[in-house]
Amino acid sequence: MLEVHGLSKRFPGVQALDRVDFDVDAGEVVGLIGENGAGKSTLIKVLAGVHRADEGQVLLNGEPVGIHTPQDSFSLGISVIFQELNLVGNLSVAENIFLGRELRSPGVLRSFLDFGRTTQRAQQLMQQAGLNCDPRLAVEELSLSHKQMVEVAKALSINSKIIIMDEPTSTLTGQETELLFQIIERLKSSGVAVVFVSHKLDEVFRICDRLHVLRDGRHVGALQTARTSRDELIRLMVGRDLGTLFVKQEAQISDTVLEVRDLGSPKGIEHVSFDLHRGEILGFAGLVGSGRTEVMRALFGIDKRTSGEILIDGRPVSIHSPSDAIAHGIGFVPEDRQVQGLVLGMDVRQNVTLASLQAVSERGFLIDAREQGVTGSFIEKLSIRTPSQEQIVVNLSGGNQQKVVVSKWLATNPRILILDEPTRGIDVGAKKEIHRLMSQLACQNVAIIMISSELSEILAMSDRIVVMHEGRKKGELDRAQASQEKIMEIALRQTDQGVA
Amino acid sequence: MTTGNTTLTGILTWYRRQAKSSTFGVALILLALCIVLALSTDRFLTQTNLFSVMRAFSFIAIIAIGECMVIISGGVDLSVGSIFGFSGLITAIALNRWSWSIPGGIALGMAVGTGFGMVNGTLITRLRIPPFIATLGMLSVVRGLAYAITSGYPVRTPSPYNVLGQGYLGPVPYPVIYMAALAVVFSVFLKKTVQGRRIYAIGGNEQASAISGIRVNRVKMLVYTLAGLLAGISGVISIARLGVAQSTAGLGWELDVVAAVIIGGASLSGGKGTILGAILGAAIMGVLRNGLVLLNVSPYWQQAVIGLVIIIAIAADQMRRGSDQ
Repeated sequence: MLEVHGLSKRFPGVQALDRVDFDVDAGEVVGLIGENGAGKSTLIKVLAGVHRADEGQVLLNGEPVGIHTPQDSFSLGISVIFQELNLVGNLSVAENIFLGRELRSPGVLRSFLDFGRTTQRAQQLMQQAGLNCDPRLAVEELSLSHKQMVEVAKALSINSKIIIMDEPTSTLTGQETELLFQIIERLKSSGVAVVFVSHKLDEVFRICDRLHVLRDGRHVGALQTARTSRDELIRLMVGRDLGTLFVKQEAQISDTVLEVRDLGSPKGIEHVSFDLHRGEILGFAGLVGSGRTEVMRALFGIDKRTSGEILIDGRPVSIHSPSDAIAHGIGFVPEDRQVQGLVLGMDVRQNVTLASLQAVSERGFLIDAREQGVTGSFIEKLSIRTPSQEQIVVNLSGGNQQKVVVSKWLATNPRILILDEPTRGIDVGAKKEIHRLMSQLACQNVAIIMISSELSEILAMSDRIVVMHEGRKKGELDRAQASQEKIMEIALRQTDQGVA
Repeated sequence: MTTGNTTLTGILTWYRRQAKSSTFGVALILLALCIVLALSTDRFLTQTNLFSVMRAFSFIAIIAIGECMVIISGGVDLSVGSIFGFSGLITAIALNRWSWSIPGGIALGMAVGTGFGMVNGTLITRLRIPPFIATLGMLSVVRGLAYAITSGYPVRTPSPYNVLGQGYLGPVPYPVIYMAALAVVFSVFLKKTVQGRRIYAIGGNEQASAISGIRVNRVKMLVYTLAGLLAGISGVISIARLGVAQSTAGLGWELDVVAAVIIGGASLSGGKGTILGAILGAAIMGVLRNGLVLLNVSPYWQQAVIGLVIIIAIAADQMRRGSDQ
């Protein structure tokens, strides 16, 4: 039904898609599988008309079609349900379903909305989508899974033949996921083609008929789920030999630099305690929403603390703002580099020196030569690919942007460096460089905390691993005893089974 | 031959870099406007006229220096017109009714402007009122105070004081000199100091700036205080120019000031803008007003034409920058 041939898309610095093929038929569920940065999102954004492909062809029922705008995609009957749902919270379910295609009153009243018909039609669509609630309820009152159902109902309302779901289960509970799977089954039996984007293998094996695997922007395999093993799929997804992953150097781990005792914050953090040593890389594992980021925000003085004590070099310190934290030698590379890490409209140099302006100034006046010197040294040390120091950072690739954020913190000479998802959404090469840098820093006695949702990264880089679940520390593993299974086992252990 | 080529390449590189900056675009618009007026009227391109135009827009331009910093920081200050009026008024009252010395009167006017700026800053940082609302409220409060303390009557200023606004250094009127000096000082402040860099940073991305250790509230406090101070300075000079302080002085000026800053290439979403741009923006509006008078355009039409030019200037800039991307 939908076929994609030789699709390529290049972003500055990254070949996001490289001659990718893809197809899905009516009445089947096809999984689009790959690691972070494999190109899944780019592919569906091309199909959604958000991005334009550089080359390649999209065929619908054998006919070539051009998708240049979201409207094109829409009118071809392709609906994409993005992770960050496209709903207007303060409008009702019914209004959201018909957003942009409002049902009008007949005749001379056609400027007015037809509330009766809207509610009635919405009810039918909601039933098909498995959503049982009042169509007049505001969407913001609904749970996440119900919001997804609103999106499904919206897709059905335009008679979508193809529904693409981008990691739909990443924010759902187990029960909600079950519900979603029932809906997908129903859609499938009514002849809709469903594309299920995920990297959760259990779900993929349960729901998908066929799989397309992407890796580093390339299509590396089309498989029948029934005739595929888990191991084969993992091998395809990871693909590269372990040799291309960075191998951590052993650093000298010495005395304790940071002690966190009984940390609590209004964002659901309770009783979190851990130690950190010089030269150590401490991994923080856990599911999205398990409170890893919130622990760091409380530690760094961004969020208030409701309880707890922070000791640096054995002495209690008071950290109430990021500037206090910086003064104590802590650096923080936040998880979302575009929102929290960079001033996108500023150039490379201005971003690199932003957290260490005192060091590049004299009596409040910036010294150009110092700024240039510092920036130049980091461009070289981290091999940041930029035409000049005056390049506006918004124009850099994700990996290079991340290196700018890391440089900003290294410029403060931190003794403790916190990295929150440091390699998310950057290409393999840059990822390896960041890993190498972390290892080098550890060898230079810097204490590092790394949050990552990628277990392979946690296992490769950490000396010790803290596992979080629902705002609490659930366990701690040494490098030697850690494995993917053990981490997941701890992360998913029910609360009532006690704290490890 | 080779040297000629290098010079040419040098000029081209310089041009390409400048062409991307919006200040360059504003300067071009101003230049074009001046050329048109020079060709279509005899009187525009005379020394006397040019300096009188500059003096006329210098008051707006001085306020725009402060407004520019506020807008770069991601905020807006709508109370500057009222602060301008009140500061002048309080100085005139001190000189005229309380017989204060001239330096004392000037200091009072500037201090009062600064004080109102600090109130704005406090409302925005401590009470977390959005800048638009906080300064809109202060616009009304300060204007109301001006009416209340004068009951609407004008206050004359002593003639020794008026020299400060009416005098000349050679052919250059004093207010133009004040404007130029303040523009240089604050350009250096914005571009060359740590505080200036922080103003751009919080306007560009407040969250990232805060995480980078910048105390955002302190920076905001600073910009609103400076905006109050500059509005105060402008008010204190303007009464010397006119010889009288009116409770209605600067009524509606906040819009001209914001327009000057935006024409000058700043963005209301913050993070962008230059003092030079803001001065050029004020100059465009001043030249235009003068030109319309010289061209005998009915005063009834002038307001509409100025509005139109503001829209055209900003649209042209958007298109020019849009085509770059």
